[in-house]
Amino acid sequence: MNDTALLDRPETPVSTKPALDLPEHIVEVISDSGEGAQRCGQSLAAIAARSGNGIWTVEIIPAEIQPPARSVAGASGIRIRMGAGRITNGGDQTDLVVAFNEQVLLGRVRAGELKPGATILLESVWREHKDPKIVASYTETLKALLDGGFRVVEMPLERECRALMSDPKRGKNMFVLGMLCSIYSFDLELARAQIALIFGKKDAKVISSNVRLMEAGFDWAERTLDFKYRIPAEAVSVPQVVVSGNTAIALGVLASGMDICAMYPITPATSASHYLSECFERVGGLVHQAEDEIAACAFAIGASYAGRCAVTITSGPGYSLKQEGLGLAVMAEIPLVVVNVQRGGPSTGQPTKVEQGDLLTSIYGSHGDAPKVVMAVSGIEDCFYSMITARKIAETFNMVVVVLSDASLSTAQQPFPRPEFSEDWLAPPLDQTPVPEGAKPYDWDPVTGIARRFIPGQPGGMHTITGLAHDRLSKVAYDPAINEEGLRARSLKLAALQKTLKAPPVYGAPEGELLLVGWGGTQGAIEEAVDRLRAQGRAVSSLHLRFIQPLPSGIREVLRRFKQVMTIEGNWSDSLKDELIDEDNRRYSALAMMLRSRYLVDVDCWSEARGQPIKPGSVVDVALAQMNKHKPQNS
Amino acid sequence: MGSALNQCIIRLHEEHHALEDYQGGVPRWCGGCGDNAILAAVQRLCRDEDLAPERTVFVSGIGCSSRFPHYMKTYGFHGIHGRAFPIAEGVKMARPDLHVFVNTGDGDCCSIGAAHWIHAIRYNMNLTVILHDNHVYGLTKKQASPTSPMGFKSNTTPRGAVLEPLNPLTVSLGVANASFIAQGVDWMPEQLYDIIHKAFKHRGFSFVRIIQRCPEFLPKMFEPWLHDPGKTLVLTHANGLQPSADVNRVYRNQREHDPLDLDAAREIASCEDPIPVGILYHNPAIPCYEDLRHAGAPRSPALTRAGLEAELDKYTIWPEQDSELARAA
Repeated sequence: MNDTALLDRPETPVSTKPALDLPEHIVEVISDSGEGAQRCGQSLAAIAARSGNGIWTVEIIPAEIQPPARSVAGASGIRIRMGAGRITNGGDQTDLVVAFNEQVLLGRVRAGELKPGATILLESVWREHKDPKIVASYTETLKALLDGGFRVVEMPLERECRALMSDPKRGKNMFVLGMLCSIYSFDLELARAQIALIFGKKDAKVISSNVRLMEAGFDWAERTLDFKYRIPAEAVSVPQVVVSGNTAIALGVLASGMDICAMYPITPATSASHYLSECFERVGGLVHQAEDEIAACAFAIGASYAGRCAVTITSGPGYSLKQEGLGLAVMAEIPLVVVNVQRGGPSTGQPTKVEQGDLLTSIYGSHGDAPKVVMAVSGIEDCFYSMITARKIAETFNMVVVVLSDASLSTAQQPFPRPEFSEDWLAPPLDQTPVPEGAKPYDWDPVTGIARRFIPGQPGGMHTITGLAHDRLSKVAYDPAINEEGLRARSLKLAALQKTLKAPPVYGAPEGELLLVGWGGTQGAIEEAVDRLRAQGRAVSSLHLRFIQPLPSGIREVLRRFKQVMTIEGNWSDSLKDELIDEDNRRYSALAMMLRSRYLVDVDCWSEARGQPIKPGSVVDVALAQMNKHKPQNS
Repeated sequence: MGSALNQCIIRLHEEHHALEDYQGGVPRWCGGCGDNAILAAVQRLCRDEDLAPERTVFVSGIGCSSRFPHYMKTYGFHGIHGRAFPIAEGVKMARPDLHVFVNTGDGDCCSIGAAHWIHAIRYNMNLTVILHDNHVYGLTKKQASPTSPMGFKSNTTPRGAVLEPLNPLTVSLGVANASFIAQGVDWMPEQLYDIIHKAFKHRGFSFVRIIQRCPEFLPKMFEPWLHDPGKTLVLTHANGLQPSADVNRVYRNQREHDPLDLDAAREIASCEDPIPVGILYHNPAIPCYEDLRHAGAPRSPALTRAGLEAELDKYTIWPEQDSELARAA
């Protein structure tokens, strides 16, 4: 796997500086687009994970491929949260930032993403730039940062890299990787192995030059910096895999026994299909890049109809385009898995930013009554296993299963126990046995609504499926009662699935003052907030929903055991602080609306749609404010 | 021995299909609708080629044309408007062992599904495609379609259609990877059958545009052609179709056309009067997308397991070996 043994390499320098032990630290690497900050950060995260630290990564991605250099809006980078224990979210504010220029840094400072007094390692090349405006901008910003109480260390990144390569812009990220390995006392060998892994496809020269850059960064930090940290690591006891959410989705597709993925490029979903394109064919699968989202959906439906369960992977706008096709799959009862990696919307919205805006369209979308299963993944491991579950449900109930992920999970990395393959994950072999005489293609079970599907190739099963209302023989229904019979059967299947679902466990205590309810990628932040609140003695718990359509039984009972219930969501909800907004017109967040209507419980909501992952600190503040708002007057 | 032979003959007889074996529901098209002629030709083709009904799938979109699968006693997929092509592509990719036909109309194919049509030609999957072109939206009650003639008065063009019609043949012949483009007319049933037969025999995307009459909304549209055989140009070639004696007797306006000659095909395609009938283009050498993508590649639990393990290996942190691994590196 790695050929670094081939490289000539100096002895690993042995650090003599004492390292300060930290329970956790949040690091950001921020650069112009194309300078490799994400690769640097993902590598650091992998090295930390290999060292036995908990990690979570959050990518900071500008919308453009080549945004203007040195611009606040063009900031491209990554946050890596590393801890002694398991890390489930990106945390609150950054402890240490490496910035390739002062402009990209400013965006993060202004957004309040840096902890007061945070350490900033700032590229100093701008100090000697030929453009006096840039020099002025640099020195003024530097002064402002110092005045603001930040600890700023100027680093001659480009100058140091120039000694090693002709185009220092291309290698800064590996220099920074080495620097961070020194700061966090990581084993250089792990860093070398990581570089060999990421440049594995390239020749040994590329690997060796990047290793040299990394080592130079390490040496520079050892020589120059007067601080050094160590995050205690716990050796892993079971094999762990470190992948992003989208990679986990692709691996899940591969492991689920699905055969075909039909897709159309859309951010932030596409990287799942990229990865699947690499590895799917080796196991007999196929990724089809269709001419548009509608075709991708229709192609998947065709493949599933013919007996090979298919998946289509998209994001919000693409999901909207698929809606008519999904209605067809619902009506014709064709199993189908749809992944929606949600982003900000509507329209092009914030394509590289996170939002949880597609819950209601997933549940209620398409025309007419179109019952679908909707589940939301809450972490990286869940991305993997949900694909297997989704395929199984789709084929058991002949239903459309929508799996909601989001832009944050798509690139976030977090270790999870290496899955142990089981043949039970796979679809049963294609059924080509003759259909019993007299069997009907839609012989809906009176209780569950489930009918056995006939697949082309099965003798005696010939029938024409249609998106038109149809009877048990799949004949177009002209009788009004038959329409209702089909609607009933398709609806009952949801109930049949619902009866098999268990309510998720309550995090914290089973009763108390406030219950926070969430779904999707916010689980880590919400549960961390619950931990902090409970540590302060507050009776706060949380409930995180994986299945949202149908909702499992038992949730009403959970909600009723708390004085207050509120959802925490990454989408829009009206604020009662707005002059025109009152209880008669307030638009609640998606899940809150659903819980209110289903359980007749006064569920409040707090949401934000800032395009950033929700922070545990924000949830703490919100929960405290909510409890204070409803504090009894005379207590 | 004798009884074994009898058994064999009985089996052969049973396995051979008759026309009735392909006849599904009673067509609900209007009397005199050209769709009936297409249905008859296709059912005959299925019988003559002895297609196993369970291994045959007719996929359609929406419109009068797209009722077609309901009238076949095979597997059928009556889909949604404009999307017959991608559905059929999915079927074929998943199951290259099936015979897959597509029935689509001028609204379905040339309007709402036009993007899929262009790309379906380019994919060149082994599908037999029949464009039922009656030049009007029938099922939604008389609106202008992309192939409606200029001046056509419909419910959406009460003062007459203002645009030049789209020519499905020239469009098809302009797309990369076009491999089989033909045209038939519903009032020449023998010729229609021969064209569809050739289309079926072609391995690739066989696109047959069939000009058909709509007695309800465009009753007089093709009368001049019915009355004057000279307004029909019959294409002949040793590598294309050799018309029957009956056709030769009536349709004297003929042209020898090599179906491999793309330039000539485009020139013929652009002529709307006389209507060219026959095979305009046929190139069996264009590869099929399902072959290029290895459709039907073997899958097995063992293969999936091996593939998954290989991928997971790339991202795994092993408990005890890890530090050794790094040292070894």
